[in-house]
This record gives sequence, structure tokens and C-alpha cells, in this order.
Amino acid sequence: MAAKSETVASDHVAAHPRAGQVRLLLVAIALAGLLVAPMFLYPIFLMKLLAFALFASAFNLLLGYTGLLSFGHATFFGGAAYFTAHAVKVWGWSPEAGILLGVAGAAVLGLVMGAIAIRRQGIYFAMITLALSQMFFFFCLQAPFTHGEDGIQSVPRGHLFGLIDLNRPMNMYYFVLAVFVIGLLIIRRFVNSPFGMILKSIRENEQRAISLGYSVQRYKLGAFVMSAALAGLAGGVKALIFQFATLTDVTWQMSGEVILMTLLGGIGTLLGPIVGAGLVVTLQNYLATSDVPVTIITGVVFMVCVLLFRRGLVGEFFATKIGKKLGFRAES
Amino acid sequence: MTMIFGVPVQALMGQLLVGLINGSFYALLSLGLAVIFGLLRVINFAHGAQYMLGAFAALLLLTVGGINYWLALLLAPVIVGVFAALVEKTMLSRLYKLDPLYGLLFTFGLALAIEGTFRYFFGASGKPYAPPAQLTGAVNLGFMFLPIYRGWVVVASLAVCIAVWLLIEKTKLGAYLRAATENPTLVQAFGVNVPLLLTLTYALGAGLAGFAGVLAAPVYQVSPLMGSNLIIIVFAVVVVGGMGSILGAIVTGYMLGVVEGLTKVFYPEASNIVIFVIMAIVLILRPAGLFGKDA
Repeated sequence: MAAKSETVASDHVAAHPRAGQVRLLLVAIALAGLLVAPMFLYPIFLMKLLAFALFASAFNLLLGYTGLLSFGHATFFGGAAYFTAHAVKVWGWSPEAGILLGVAGAAVLGLVMGAIAIRRQGIYFAMITLALSQMFFFFCLQAPFTHGEDGIQSVPRGHLFGLIDLNRPMNMYYFVLAVFVIGLLIIRRFVNSPFGMILKSIRENEQRAISLGYSVQRYKLGAFVMSAALAGLAGGVKALIFQFATLTDVTWQMSGEVILMTLLGGIGTLLGPIVGAGLVVTLQNYLATSDVPVTIITGVVFMVCVLLFRRGLVGEFFATKIGKKLGFRAES
Repeated sequence: MTMIFGVPVQALMGQLLVGLINGSFYALLSLGLAVIFGLLRVINFAHGAQYMLGAFAALLLLTVGGINYWLALLLAPVIVGVFAALVEKTMLSRLYKLDPLYGLLFTFGLALAIEGTFRYFFGASGKPYAPPAQLTGAVNLGFMFLPIYRGWVVVASLAVCIAVWLLIEKTKLGAYLRAATENPTLVQAFGVNVPLLLTLTYALGAGLAGFAGVLAAPVYQVSPLMGSNLIIIVFAVVVVGGMGSILGAIVTGYMLGVVEGLTKVFYPEASNIVIFVIMAIVLILRPAGLFGKDA
């Protein structure tokens, strides 16, 4: 979102000269942690966490780096879950092919929704994506291949590349972790590419970008499709993790959830959506057994985030002295 | 049996009426959204929750306080309006200086919290609310039977829509409101209390949603989630109409309600999505909306 940078000369803290190495070390520690995590935590929970972290990161690509708030990302996540589940279960495709189909399908959906939605800006964009994704929800409710309220159940995980048996939880976990890391590397590369720089310039000042000769609409659409495809990657993987695809994944509540994850963690940071997804998924797991509806908590967290810390947890940390010393910087 | 386009007249008229009733709610709700957006630049995602609050207020007034429908029709919008004014004063007003998207996100959270709370206390199932004795029964119009309450919904909502339109276009308060929409700083400099105007506007919009909720209580059942899917349709209505015009919001609301009703007759499978399809077509042909001024 186009929050103007509030840096004043006096509170500028220069990054420590070895900050880069420290950051690399932190990433290495986090990766090592994820490698050994399934020894201590329930693998399904961890895989769910990784899938949602990737979903939120894909969403943030659009909100944090292009300034477009999509209220319809459930379409790509849930749509891809249906495509992958159908391909693997009904057509007997291999898991990698099924996921690729999910990604391609999500990209096509993104192209259609994006082409319509980018005709309006700001708040209208959010409302249009919400309405179009509700339309997709009704489509999924009635289309025969989604099996309506039942969803597609008992989706086989199959053998990755015909070799690795994904029915073994550890194999599946490391496969999901690999997809997650690859997805994040793609996002990182994308954000730091010339294309990503132009997106940031559009976010900061769309009129100026137009006057500099960039065809803003095409860049926005490109970012939308990219974000949709990556959300589809997360959705396809999710279908294999839980071995089902249901209507829940295409509801507007799911679109709201991914916004919450990104907002809570920190819009416009690579780390934020991951932290946010971790918190929200953990919270849901924790609340699943209590009788307080999750929506109350979700709603209140939303309100508190918007009122008190719009930079999100990671964004707030980046703004502290330690964060600045380490050379962290939020992009919004 | 008389047929029009291969469809029995009764079925056609029946769905037309259903369409008009749905359209009444679309019109009332999109009017409230447009009034709020015009001045506050906030898309009120909590509008559906406020509609639900109105219905629940009527239900609770009846079951707990023994207050009848007619008084509830006055009291419930006031209750919802006061609640909205408190929210605006304590929380929403802090967000005006920021990107409008934060207002959308805040009211989204508010809607979730309100709906979750009501689901916790009242369960997800719908509760019936009987229409008042004066409005039960039906009249024979010759070509169809018109349930009186349904006719009343259309008349009442039309009357309120026109009243609000007159309030904004023809009164002094409305003139302040329109002026503050154009240039709040200047209006403030003339000695008008703009923050108070903002609070009143939000309360008015929410009150309209509450009024729609009371009207809806006897037609649909009173349930915590009655507004959550409706609000998305109303968003589409608002996009089609263009947010700039009060009259546009009203006309588009009725029009799309009728189109939806007719779709139920001729192609029922598409009745859920027809409004969204129209929205997409309008966006492609005329991005500013049917009544919108700017692109």
C-alpha cells in the first residue's frame, strides 16, 4: 500500500557492515530448523504451514510490491487445488504434472480476473476481485467435476517423478519444503528484477510511471498472473497434502485469511507473510478445539492490526534499531 | 394458462416480485454504501453485518422487550446507527488519513468479529420473525397473488430511498454533506463541524442497513450470516452503478434485482452469478460504471 516512507534523517540507522553475513546466517538457521522440524512437530501441520506461507507470499507479491489489494485470491488457491486433485485422481496424472496443471489453471484464472479488475483502481479493484471470486465460488458449487459440497476426496499422492513415494510423510514433507523454497526464490528473483522495480514505481506513483512510458496495465496484469500462478502452486500442493479439495478453499473467507496473514506478518516484506501464515495457522490449530469461533479472533486481530501496527510484526521489527542495524528494510 | 416467452405468467410475475424484493434490499444497502463512501472514502465492509444487526435488534426487541414490528422499524435502525457512531468515533475515524484500503480491511475485521459473536451466542441457524398482523395475507391482483408483506417491502424501501435522496439533494444538511464531499477543509473553515458530519453520515449509512435488516427479518430468516453473502452482491451492484451517484445506486439496485429474478425464470443455473457477469461486462464496456463520472 502506498504508505509514504516516514524516514527522517535523525532516525536513520546505518546497517552494520557485516549485516549481510548475519542475515545469510539467519536464513541458514531457519532452513536448518525447517529440515529437522518434522522430527519434533506433526508433519501435516508443518506442511499446512508451508503451503499457507507460500500462498501468503504469493499474495504479498501483489499487495506489497504492486500495491494491489486482491480480495479474490482464494480463487487461485482453491481453483488450483481442484485442478490438481482432479488431474491426479480422475486422469491418473503424476503429482508433479498435477501441480503444474494447477499452476497453469490458476494463471489462466488470474489472467481473466486480472484483465477485468485492473480496469479500476484502489478500492474498486478490491471489490471487483471479491465479486469475481464469489462468482467462481458459485461456479465450483455447481460444476460437476468439483463434486459440490463433498469436494474431491481421497486424492492419491502418488510417486514424484515415478520414483519417490509421497505417501510416506517424510518424503511428502521434504517435497513440500522444496516447493516452498523454490517458490520463495522465484518471488525474490521476481521482486528484485527490473520488472519488479517497475511494479514498485507503479505502486509509488502510477501517473508518473505512465508518463515515463510504461504500459502500466500490462505490468499490473503480469504481476497479477504471477501472483495467481504462485498461489496456485500453493493450492496444488495443499490438495496433495490433505488429499482433498473442497469449497472451503474458494470462499471469500479464505481470501480474507490470506490478507490477514500478510497484514499480521508485514506487508511488503519477504519474511512477513511467512511469519503471519505461521501465526494464523497455529492459532487456528489451537482454537479448533475451543468453542470460541475463529472468526471472532480473526476479526479482532484484523482490527487491531489496522489500528495499531499496520507495518505488521516483521515490519515493526525491521523498524526497530536492531532491525535497521541488520539492514532489514520493508518495501512499503 | 397464459404464457409469455414460453413461461407461465404466474411464474414470471412471481419471480419478478422476488426480484423486486431482492432489488429493494440491494438498493437500500448500496445507497448506504454510496452515502458512506461519498463522504468518508471508506468502503463499509461491515454493511452486511449491520444489516444483520438490524434484523437481530428487531428480533430481540420483540422477544425480550415485547416491542412490536412498527416500533422496531424505528428503533432498530437507531440502535444500529448509535453502535456505528461509537465505532466511527473511537476507531474508524483514525484511519481517514491513510490509504482507503485500510478502511476496507478494518470494516472487514469488524464484520467478522460481529458475525462471529452473534454466531457464538445465537447459533448459525435462522430464526423466524412473524410479519405484523396488519401485513399478513395476500391480495389477488387478477394475474397473481401478492403477499401483502412483500408489497410493503417494495413500497417501504422505495419511500426510504426517495427520502434519503431528498435529504441529500434538497436540505441544508444535505448541502453541507455534498460540500464536505467536495472539499472538507474548506467546509470546516466555514464553521461546519466536519468530524461530526462524518460520524452522522456513517451512522446514517449503517442505520439504512439496519432498516433493511428489519424489513428483511420476516422475508428471510434472522441469522448471523444473513448479511455476509449479500454484501458481496451489493459490492457488485455498487461497481455496476458507479459509486459517485446516489440515484445511480438506487436505480441499479432495483434493476439488478429484477434481472436476477428474471434469470431465475429463464436460466436458473445462472441466477447466482448473473449480477457478477453483468458487473464484468459493464467493466469491460464502461469501466466507470453506468452512472459513474470518472474512469
